[in-house]
Amino acid sequence: MSEALEQRDLRDTALDEVLLESRLARTWHTPPGWVGFFTTVDHKRIAVRYIVTAFAFLLLGGVLALLMRLQLSRPEAGLIGPDLYNQIFTVHGSTMMFLFAVPVMEAVGVLLVPLMLGTRNIAFPRLNAFSYWIYLAGGLVLWVAFVLDVGPDVGWFAYVPLSGPQYSAGKRADIWAQMITFTEIAALAIAVEIVVTVLKQRAPGMSLDRIPLFVWAMFVTSFVVILAMPAVVVASTALILDRLVGTHFFNPAEGGDALLWQHLFWFFGHPEVYIIFLPAVGMISSILPTFVRRPIFGYLPLVLALIGTGILAFGLWVHHMFTTGLPRVGESFFTASSMAIAVPSGVQIFCWLATIWLGRPVWRVPFLYILAFFFTFVLGGLTGVMVASVPLDTQVHDTYFVVAHFHYVLVGGAVFPLLAAVTYWFSKMTGRMMSERLGRWSVALLFIGFNFTFFPMHILGLQGMPRRIYTYQADLPWGGMNLFVSLCSLALAAGFLLFVWNALRSARAGEAAGDNPWGAATLEWATSSPPPPYNFTRIPVVRSANPLWDDGGALPVASGLSVNRRELLITTTAEARPEARETSPRDSAWPFWAAIATTIMLVCSIFTPWAVVWGSIPVAVTLVGWFWPRGTPEDDS
Amino acid sequence: MKPRIVADLSHLPLHGAGSASLTWWGTLAFMLIEGTGFALGVGVYLYLASLAPEWPLGAAAPDPLWGTLITAALVISVVPNMLVSRWAAAHDLRKVRIGLIVMTVLGIVPLVLRVYEFGALNVSWDSNAYGSIVWVLLGLHTTHLITDVADTVVLLAVMFTRHGDNKRRYGDVQDNALYWNFVTLTWLPVYACLYGLARL
Amino acid sequence: MKRASRLLPLLLAGCSGWQSALDPRGPSAQDLHGLFWLFTITCTVIWLAVMLVLLAALLRRPPATKGAAEAAGRRSARVVGGAVAATVLVVAGLTFASYLATRAISSDQPEALVIRLRGYQWWWEVTYPHEQPDQTLLTANEIHIPTGRPVRIELAAADVIHSFWVPNLTGKQDMIPGRSNSLVFTAEKPGTYRAQCAEFCGLQHAHMALHVVAEPPEAFERWRTAQLAEAPAPEDAEEEEGRRVLESKACAACHTVRGTEAAGNLGPDLTHVASRRFIAAGMLPTTRGSLAAWVADPQSIKPGNNMPMVSLTADELQAVSAYLTRLR
Repeated sequence: MSEALEQRDLRDTALDEVLLESRLARTWHTPPGWVGFFTTVDHKRIAVRYIVTAFAFLLLGGVLALLMRLQLSRPEAGLIGPDLYNQIFTVHGSTMMFLFAVPVMEAVGVLLVPLMLGTRNIAFPRLNAFSYWIYLAGGLVLWVAFVLDVGPDVGWFAYVPLSGPQYSAGKRADIWAQMITFTEIAALAIAVEIVVTVLKQRAPGMSLDRIPLFVWAMFVTSFVVILAMPAVVVASTALILDRLVGTHFFNPAEGGDALLWQHLFWFFGHPEVYIIFLPAVGMISSILPTFVRRPIFGYLPLVLALIGTGILAFGLWVHHMFTTGLPRVGESFFTASSMAIAVPSGVQIFCWLATIWLGRPVWRVPFLYILAFFFTFVLGGLTGVMVASVPLDTQVHDTYFVVAHFHYVLVGGAVFPLLAAVTYWFSKMTGRMMSERLGRWSVALLFIGFNFTFFPMHILGLQGMPRRIYTYQADLPWGGMNLFVSLCSLALAAGFLLFVWNALRSARAGEAAGDNPWGAATLEWATSSPPPPYNFTRIPVVRSANPLWDDGGALPVASGLSVNRRELLITTTAEARPEARETSPRDSAWPFWAAIATTIMLVCSIFTPWAVVWGSIPVAVTLVGWFWPRGTPEDDS
Repeated sequence: MKPRIVADLSHLPLHGAGSASLTWWGTLAFMLIEGTGFALGVGVYLYLASLAPEWPLGAAAPDPLWGTLITAALVISVVPNMLVSRWAAAHDLRKVRIGLIVMTVLGIVPLVLRVYEFGALNVSWDSNAYGSIVWVLLGLHTTHLITDVADTVVLLAVMFTRHGDNKRRYGDVQDNALYWNFVTLTWLPVYACLYGLARL
Repeated sequence: MKRASRLLPLLLAGCSGWQSALDPRGPSAQDLHGLFWLFTITCTVIWLAVMLVLLAALLRRPPATKGAAEAAGRRSARVVGGAVAATVLVVAGLTFASYLATRAISSDQPEALVIRLRGYQWWWEVTYPHEQPDQTLLTANEIHIPTGRPVRIELAAADVIHSFWVPNLTGKQDMIPGRSNSLVFTAEKPGTYRAQCAEFCGLQHAHMALHVVAEPPEAFERWRTAQLAEAPAPEDAEEEEGRRVLESKACAACHTVRGTEAAGNLGPDLTHVASRRFIAAGMLPTTRGSLAAWVADPQSIKPGNNMPMVSLTADELQAVSAYLTRLR
């Protein structure tokens, strides 16, 4: 018997439930302590780590926001000088976009996509580990630079020539540009993992029309990442080259063009908004049914709306450039395409309304966040229609109206759903539930604090207040409203702090959650909370879009996988018919070392172009170490 | 929830080839990322050309000899590359080893020619924006050449170890061949821009 | 003699619309204002409708029987379809309205007065071109325009991107190095309208303002003639000393005062600096005191700006400020 247990191709069919679980745990477990910390490739551990880091950056970015509100609370306040203020708003914007919003959405995808698809790990798990380390390094580069007073000070979209060699001396703009490289590598890696996981690792029977909507959203988002992020990599590389080796991409005196930067940046920058927003609508579509006790209304239109938004996202970039004097024909086209995005957004809103209409609301905290989302996001979407109009945009562009608009869309449209998601899926990260009572207080504080902080900014913008000013003169009629906004931002900050406190406290001492505490329908609730390292003892078999509601008491599963090596199931792309048993890589420290080598190369290349040459050698060595076969059972075929 | 076994997977192969392999899809995804990068690079070239009063800007068009030789070398290399892929599909270790040696050589040839090509551009990266984009496009493609040659060399080394004769390794060889075709394919629009458009 | 400082309260008295898009003072701004309210009302109605449906959905009792639920589902499908169709129509309508507004605003005005505006970090150079070079007027940080006549501002930038925005008169347009843009608008009533740089341009982006003074055509011509004149001569010994200091110290390396030896072109033209309402691009109202304070320590008033602190004795400072105040 013991000999049989050691054989490489031992199948789950040969073992009883208890023995099977202990065997799988042995095969998939990560050693405790530091070794495990640096070597794990478990998508759940990496995702939680990603989410915690992203929330830490959210808090840091929030502190910067409060500092700005402090400075702006009265005219000609001398608390923060222009140099520091410019660093603060640049680091605030860059942190929120590149170190919080995009990574946190991708991280929730890394956590949930494999669970929702009924597989045991994400595709390319070592790339996933690598992605986290690179992301962390990028965040540290930015923040260490900021603490050392060499934080970037050119705005989160770093327009040339201000960020170019002539007007940004020192290394501040390079640090910004290289931080972009780090976060883009991290994001692209996850996008590839998610695309391949969704295409090939779905549970048997999960045909395209049974994929949970959050997974659809992450799938579309990943394609948007793949097609949009190269643009900003091209842009930031060209910027570094202009600054470091004297190329002339953005220098009009030598045939370059300042608007080239804007085209490249916004070709990425507008889709970036949807990279943040699409996962959020996926969260809503996946959470809402649980709290109205019925399946989502309009699955197909919702999927089409996700795809449509993803495609339209690439036709909008020029609406960030309506005041740059582009030809009028082009501007009209981009007005039309920018407004057209209201149609897929409308489809989603109407389908969710119909879902609520046909269901029976359960007033728990995630549902309250969804209601807060409706209130704020619809408003932000409508002001989006306003800024999409070329003539109106000439009045509101680069004012506090736009500041208000994008915070409504990003906080209302993405952060509220994210907080709903963290509350909802908390048990899958920690095994516990967040406190309902504290949760209600956070919703209230965040909702009230947010609207009172940001709604008046619309009016400030119309009254002529430009964004990115470190102060304003006393004779301008903005003082009262700015003070009001600054005071209300404290309520907003309190809401976030309460949320974090609730999460920290509940992670230690929250009420223990069962497998399916909310009575939800999708596969992540078919396993324990938190799930074991191998996610599912046996791969589930899917027969409907709401498997846990439609399959009665027993979960249909498949058997026949090996237990002595990390094995998962490959299925066909459309119908999800079983195709092959595939192995999933073991833990490895190589992704960590590769990330260290990459970090050294990227940081040094801020100072000398030769770093790319000699820095690529350790990167190559670590990559060979990463991929070199080891003769483990996972290498069998 | 209580599990209920409804399907048996034990008959499935232990490793899928082609579209049943994760790395094949991963290679495609990375090709999509890098293809977008090349498309954007060519886009920047065209954008700058559309703004410039003359093109090439303040320089003679590059000397086409070396670039054309590289094009020829790359196009020719596709044939042995396809053969390696086919031998890998047939799990023929000996031929795969020979093929990878051939492909290593055929990968180094364009790299050597590339050194001369840079010299024949008639413009430096820091002369003007035209020079900048020409050097960056060529540099981007050279990076891909170097990466794939390095990849081929590592695979070649693996094929001479005990890990070589393994379905996964044959799959890796096929993916590597696929990627080489991509490196060849991306060269063609760059070549058309650098040598064709600059002479229109 | 009317002091510039007395002007300030006057300017601010009627300032309900001191730099505001909600207080249009010209046809372009009025068109934009109309469009703004069209969008705002439409959007408010849509938002209220969505919120009401949401409220109704929350308060509604779900259908009791399966048949009723199915019927409600079919009804919802029709309503959702209708709402999507309505969205398409509203979006198309708003796109068309916005196209019409663009067309109305950007109609060509061949008889427009041409003014060239060039953005610097962090001030504005203003040129009134004329066929005869000696009739071409160069000034800074304040634009005068005749009421009732269209003006075309030709926008350029010397260093980084800036953006010219007088919300009371029209929407903004960027000033981009290597590119030329222009903006046509008309002021209908006399008044002073504040403009501010709207594209982040570095350390003192916050203090890069410009004043547009619209005045009746006769007044405008008087202003123009006065500005074309050389700088007024010093009237007493202190002012005389002030001119000497200005010509001999670093001031003259960057600034021009026509009629003196100061002919630098890195900073604003100071020939008639005291005639302008504000100094340092809207930073301080023009008074002898503010001029003295600015010359004494420009870096603590506007940190990071390109004017260095020129070391002067107290007497020299007194003299320079007296002379500058004379430059009306």
